[in-house]
Amino acid sequence: MTEARPALPEDELFRAEIVAWLDAHLCGDYEAVRHRGGPGDEEADPVLRRRWEQELARGGWTCVGWPKAEGGRGLSIAQQVIFHEEYARAGGPGRMGHIGETLLGPSLIAWGTPEQKARFLPGIRAGTEFWCQGYSEPNAGSDLANVQTRCWQEADGSWRVQGQKIWTSLAHESDWIFVVARCVPGSKGSKGLAFLLLPLRQPGISIRPIRQMAGGNEFNEVFFDGAVAEAGHIVGAPGEGWKIAMGLLEFERGLSTLGQQMHFLHEFELVLDAMRRSGRTHDAQLRQRVAQAWCGLRAMRYNALRVLADRADAGLRREALIYKHYWSNWHRELGKLAMDVLGPEADVVSDDPLIRRLQQLFFFSRADTIYAGTNEIQLNLIAERGLGLPREPRPAAA
Amino acid sequence: MHASEDQILIRDAAESFLGDVSSSAAVRAAMARPEGHDPEVWARIRSELGWCGLAIPEALGGLGLGAPELVLLLEQAGRHLLCAPFVSTVCLAANLLQQVADESAQARLLPLIADGRLQATAAMPATPDWASSAASLRAMRTASGWQLDGEIARIPDAGTAGLLLVLARVDGAAQPALFALDPSTHGLQLEALPTWDATRRFHRATFTAVALTTDARIDAPARSADGLKRAAALAQLYLAAEALGCAQQCLDLTVAYVATRQQFGRPVGSFQAVKHRCAEMMIRIESARSGVVGAAQLAATAADTTSLAMDCAMARVLTLDTQFYCAQEAIQLHGGVGFTWEYDPQLYFKRAQAGSHWFGTADALRAEISEALLS
Ligand SMILES: Cc1cc2nc3c(=O)[nH]c(=O)nc-3n(C[C@H](O)[C@H](O)[C@H](O)COP(=O)(O)OP(=O)(O)OC[C@H]3O[C@@H](n4cnc5c(N)ncnc54)[C@H](O)[C@@H]3O)c2cc1C
Repeated sequence: MTEARPALPEDELFRAEIVAWLDAHLCGDYEAVRHRGGPGDEEADPVLRRRWEQELARGGWTCVGWPKAEGGRGLSIAQQVIFHEEYARAGGPGRMGHIGETLLGPSLIAWGTPEQKARFLPGIRAGTEFWCQGYSEPNAGSDLANVQTRCWQEADGSWRVQGQKIWTSLAHESDWIFVVARCVPGSKGSKGLAFLLLPLRQPGISIRPIRQMAGGNEFNEVFFDGAVAEAGHIVGAPGEGWKIAMGLLEFERGLSTLGQQMHFLHEFELVLDAMRRSGRTHDAQLRQRVAQAWCGLRAMRYNALRVLADRADAGLRREALIYKHYWSNWHRELGKLAMDVLGPEADVVSDDPLIRRLQQLFFFSRADTIYAGTNEIQLNLIAERGLGLPREPRPAAA
Repeated sequence: MHASEDQILIRDAAESFLGDVSSSAAVRAAMARPEGHDPEVWARIRSELGWCGLAIPEALGGLGLGAPELVLLLEQAGRHLLCAPFVSTVCLAANLLQQVADESAQARLLPLIADGRLQATAAMPATPDWASSAASLRAMRTASGWQLDGEIARIPDAGTAGLLLVLARVDGAAQPALFALDPSTHGLQLEALPTWDATRRFHRATFTAVALTTDARIDAPARSADGLKRAAALAQLYLAAEALGCAQQCLDLTVAYVATRQQFGRPVGSFQAVKHRCAEMMIRIESARSGVVGAAQLAATAADTTSLAMDCAMARVLTLDTQFYCAQEAIQLHGGVGFTWEYDPQLYFKRAQAGSHWFGTADALRAEISEALLS
């Protein structure tokens, strides 16, 4: 889209505005978190990055795509693209608030009550309340509809939650969690679920970190033992939890993908840097792989622009359907390429910022093809929704 | 990045026309003809449909559209394995004329192509540019003009073309010269190549003391270095679009087959091992399509030649790999019938292999891209 038409003068003014703001604010203390944070690097100075979220908010640069009426900046798609591009180009820190901003916020805007919006949107926008996503359970991963965590309503209307979530990213850094739990005893599958909002810091909730393959603890087990949600903190009606939960996932394929692409471009350039540094620029096979990675990067960018060009029925469009599988596998390949560019140096735990970044990329990108729908689940979806092939057998819902 | 209404019209019209005139049976009939295409269909494409003038400027008798529209047509042409000298006339010859020829040659020749009176062609190189075809052909100045000696390994549709564009090296000159000549010129010998892929016909051309007048040389020297790069980039893009259509048809044929073929009491398309491979084809096709559409949009802007060349090479790399992958999967997932002459996967498989070195292999293009990235 940026290439497809000449930029409008107001878009260029806007670009200058965000560039100037970042230039004036992403400095001083914040130098330490430039290009830091984000998946695989969430332990990079969370305190400072929280402060940065509030700095961004003061500048009006959080929730830029939300409608103005909901406290957002109401940017056009073209301007959101510019924002994400420039943010990534400047090395803006990985956004701690992204779950609230890109998942829960849009869901509340779509399905929340006026009270819920008034209560939760300002905290997300101000960078003062952080959210995590409580979907997966030990026995409900790909088969998410198999959630067993239970919830019930007390006489005063408040909700109680009993059970366990797992793989909850950033629960230890968050203030709130949204949870899918079973509100109709004995129900099965996608029926009988509720979508609840709970504060994490309460006696009924305990959080236990899980160590990841690269050594960090970015996700957790979250245990609920009579944990409390206020009466008004259910999104949708009891029994509508699945609809809300799935609707929220649609937002995952949003504009943030363009920011992600700038991030990928940056990582790709780091791989080129490493190649020059390691003196392997003449290795013909590495060169082939570098070129292939670049081709994938361009295709992804154009694919994202195709997706954004028509968001109306994004869920059904072919380019939207393939996107998650494509980028996650591309990213994984890039991680492996990075290691092969480094050669034996890749095997040594390193303090060198470039090498460390690439090692993180290598390890963390292994998760990309697992979360948000594994490769295999993506292939099922593509074959079923995109090609109309027979559906996987599913247990009948009771 | 969104198809306009006009573009959708162009695509749909091409799809319905080619569905009629380039069905599997029609393709097989065209393959069996000596000229390799049905002259009646080709005549309709040139006159009734006006496809040859689509990307030629209005001032030169064309429709004044560009790469974004042409790639939509070419995708359909690939999908239906259109046997016609369309690619040679439009994607090679008219493209070279537009990017490299001087104004008087453009004014003389492009209107003839645009309104369908002239079928033209040029070399199909086996490297990412046209330089290799120029390397084997030498032009020497003579008292009355030029003399050409050497050969060109592959020229598509040369047997039926009315005009041949050739690039030849000139001693002491950095850039090759572009000549326009009648294929029946004395000293030029065309030898038909019996290719496995019979949906596109090739000739080898041998030049023995071919004498041409001065005005047969038609390049505009000031533009030719950059123009040749742009023309090669666009040719890669156009072939990419055609390859994309081939890949799409392989997927469509396969999905239709596995959805109906029953084994073990269920459609074979309900087995995940089969389903996932179809999905994998779709992923590659859609990402390659994004590459083609994006590169075509870039070609419609005033992008610099290096960026254009890189994006077109990207589109070509992705579609080349995808085309072969899908053709191979189509055969495999059809089982025994996939190996027969009667079913279509073999046609796409042969086309995929033949096309794998038109304007360079994917490996050669990747080598060029990496050079641009790392230099
Ligand atoms: C880094 C990371 C962060 C995460 N963050 C969160 C979070 O914040 N919140 C949250 O709720 N969850 C989160 N998850 C969980 C993630 O969504 C699940 O891991 C994912 O849905 C897969 O579920 P599972 O781990 O139970 O694997 P399983 O579903 O047990 O899958 C195991 C293997 O079987 C395959 N498989 C399963 N079903 C099928 C099928 N029908 N057909 C073919 N193959 C199949 C899978 O593809 C996989 O290869 C995170 C995961 C990771 C790795």
